Amino acid sequence: MATAQQTDNVKQDTSAAGCRVPYRVFTDRQYYEREQENIFKGECWSFVGLEAEVPQAGDFKSTFVGETPVILTRDSDGGVHVVVNRCAHRGALVCREVRGNRASLECVYHQWAYDLKGNLIGVPFRRGLKGQGGMPGDFDMSQHNLRQLRTESVGGLVFASFSETVESCRDFLGPIVVEQIGRIMCKPITVLGDQRQRIHGNWKLYAENTRDPYHASLLHLFHNTFGLYRSTQTGKALMDSSKRHSLLYSIAASNDDAADKQAYGDSRTFDTEFKLQDMSLLKGRQEFDDNITLVILAVYPNLVLQQIQNTLAVRQTVTYGPDEFELVWTHFGYQDDDEEMQAIRLKQANLIGPAGLISMEDGEAVEIVQNAIVGEERATSYIAMGGGRAEDADHLVTEGAIIGFWDNYREMVGFDLEPA
Amino acid sequence: MGLPSLEQMQLQHVAAQLNALHAELIDDDRLEEWPDLFEEKCRYSVISAENHNRSLNLAAVFCDSRGMLVDRIVSLRRANIFPAHAYRHILGPTRVVSSNEQIVSAQTNYVVLMTRNDGQTSIYNSGKYIDAIDFSGDAPRFVSKTAIFDTHLIDTMMVRPI
Ligand code: FES
Ligand SMILES: [Fe+2]
Repeated sequence: MATAQQTDNVKQDTSAAGCRVPYRVFTDRQYYEREQENIFKGECWSFVGLEAEVPQAGDFKSTFVGETPVILTRDSDGGVHVVVNRCAHRGALVCREVRGNRASLECVYHQWAYDLKGNLIGVPFRRGLKGQGGMPGDFDMSQHNLRQLRTESVGGLVFASFSETVESCRDFLGPIVVEQIGRIMCKPITVLGDQRQRIHGNWKLYAENTRDPYHASLLHLFHNTFGLYRSTQTGKALMDSSKRHSLLYSIAASNDDAADKQAYGDSRTFDTEFKLQDMSLLKGRQEFDDNITLVILAVYPNLVLQQIQNTLAVRQTVTYGPDEFELVWTHFGYQDDDEEMQAIRLKQANLIGPAGLISMEDGEAVEIVQNAIVGEERATSYIAMGGGRAEDADHLVTEGAIIGFWDNYREMVGFDLEPA
Repeated sequence: MGLPSLEQMQLQHVAAQLNALHAELIDDDRLEEWPDLFEEKCRYSVISAENHNRSLNLAAVFCDSRGMLVDRIVSLRRANIFPAHAYRHILGPTRVVSSNEQIVSAQTNYVVLMTRNDGQTSIYNSGKYIDAIDFSGDAPRFVSKTAIFDTHLIDTMMVRPI
């Protein structure tokens, strides 16, 4: 496959293994537009929220699928629905608040009203006023509903799809993802709050980041700096059969200073000079029998479900163009958490999110890539750690799941668009 | 409402000065001195109005001891990786809300401007401080300081205290 690419990347390794992603997929608006059509509005299920965010009849939350504004609602029968947040009349936002509770959804512009499923139920002056005006005689209310998306809840996580043809959400997720959702969503949850992180980079750089266990102990140095990281902890990187989703997890192992020393030598990543003054930050409880202390479940295309020690959260990606996205972190606990457990979760929240001691670097990691690839039409990245194939690994020194993501992306969007 | 008493003016002065010093230590990157403005047993949190207004306690930063404040700064200096940036706090007038013999409660509006390496300055965070200050010791110190920010979104990351 000798193409123009190689003249540009003069000394590029051309061995068969490894995955090369053209940088223009992160910068070129054509890709962004095709992603909106083929992924977010295409044959996919996107995460839109937690059922626990809309517990009561009439509760709603405004959010996005890709860049498209949508509303998640709970109707009086207890069902959840997702509709496009755009009036069927002349296109105004129907919900202008982030969240709230309403008996029906009413557009302020001309007060067209919809029920919580998105069906049009009222049009002011439909038959005119004092014999004047009014809608045409053949106006059929049922033809002017809000755009209703297919909606499915899996373990209290609500997903929506624009596609009538895509497989069921459970099938789209596959058994590994469904099982992992079930593991964390094992009992009723309660929302602790949200964090919104705006990152000036392409959303796919974050999809890579959350499928990349290779960077964890190299970029995030909190644990190493305070002598808390253990190279001896064991972990796995697994994918579903379609390889679009990724599960990274690790199990805390016994502490082994000698092994750490051997693994890291004197590199900057291993350092036990510093000790935390207040160790209560790391005080937690073992909640799961499996001893797993870290789960990063990256669900294609826009969700991460995580457990990091006792922090539980979903992270939703909302796109704002090729070079900007928002990461919405919704933290939760269980309804039966006692007071101490609530306090543990709120304190450990220091570890994650945009101000997270062990996670704040990810925003910067995305941005330094975005800043370096600006205007680049031909060069590619090179992804090969762990063998360069979309394969599972029983260790964390791999980029296999990133390649799985790109295999799916190439199928849905393609790398072939002409430079703009 | 008559004129404030001398004591009320003193309390207002104490609270405003402590806030000014708090901002100065952060803006001038004298972060190692910043924890000293707090009591040993203290609370410091930076929380979005989005959460606070729903009575949800999840904060971006939540520390409940001076040791945790020190840990944050050591982490910033030694561990965390983030874009080079500086803060500039602009404080509104401090209003004393209540007081007793030991503690004065006050609130202050703030804006934090951020300047990154590219030279651009942007409004990074705006909100209000709600403080409880112990003025009975050798120097006034925060017993608690809560920064409630209106800016729902955090731009890239938050590593410095607000
Ligand atoms: S645009 Fe909504 S009622 Fe007219
Ligand atoms: Fe990371």
